[in-house]
Amino acid sequence: MTALLLTLLCATAVAVLRMRGLFAAVMLMGIFSFLGAGWMLLLDAPDVALTEAAVGAGISTILALATLALTTRKAKRPVRPSALPLAVVTITGAALLYGTLDMPRFGDPEAPASNYPQPSYVERTDHDIHIPNVVTAVLGSYRGYDTLGETVVIFTAGIAVLVLLRGSRKRRPAADGGEDAA
Amino acid sequence: MIESIFDSALGLYNYWVVIFLMMTGFYIVISRGNLIKKVIGLNIFQVSVFLFYITVGKVSGGTAPITAEGFEVYSNPLPSVLILTAIVVGVATTSVALSLVVRIREAYNTIEEDEIYAQDDPR
Repeated sequence: MTALLLTLLCATAVAVLRMRGLFAAVMLMGIFSFLGAGWMLLLDAPDVALTEAAVGAGISTILALATLALTTRKAKRPVRPSALPLAVVTITGAALLYGTLDMPRFGDPEAPASNYPQPSYVERTDHDIHIPNVVTAVLGSYRGYDTLGETVVIFTAGIAVLVLLRGSRKRRPAADGGEDAA
Repeated sequence: MIESIFDSALGLYNYWVVIFLMMTGFYIVISRGNLIKKVIGLNIFQVSVFLFYITVGKVSGGTAPITAEGFEVYSNPLPSVLILTAIVVGVATTSVALSLVVRIREAYNTIEEDEIYAQDDPR
């Protein structure tokens, strides 16, 4: 199951790279997010999978489609020689691969990330907050300020989108593409 | 030697897949001139980073971090929390980027990078 998902993820990413029709590329981006959400579900993160499927695959795709409606659907064939970007990507990728050799193995219960903080949120949540879902407890209570900051970011982005698109409405009506509802 | 390579391949393959996806997104961003294509590449890069974090949080034999009777081992909830925040922030930045693309199209009547440069600096 995991192997199938990972193969599909890689195939989708490469397909986006080779695609020149922007509509198809946007759709593949949505599929990519959705496959990613599937993998997250297999990795025991159902909350993230739900959010990724709804927000990442849903709203991002809608926003991108709205942009296509306001601009164009066809990308030009790339004219620049692609040797330099390929070299940059290969070197960066090789450096990252080298970095993973020291990473804890997949699923290792002794990994530092799984052992701090002590006592873990899983042990404390039931006593402190009385709800079973630890992710919700951390999001809404232990790290509530982060979530407040997140809403500030959304608010700022919403204002930025409104300001950017208001200028364009003066010259062309019906330019209403980027409201974000997250 | 061969055995240790095989061993690390089993334990690290998901990081390697994530790095491949990440580099594909990065390549789209730096090699394609179309601005919407660049935003799509950035999005792929972003989702790869999310997948990386979620991968780090998995504990083998564990279950989703929702406490219930009869389960002892839970995967790490902290990466999930961080990435929930990051997904929403990612959509916010994507929407700003896309509206910038709309504005660039209004101003230059194109969303191809080289044509925009040519208009800015006619030679």
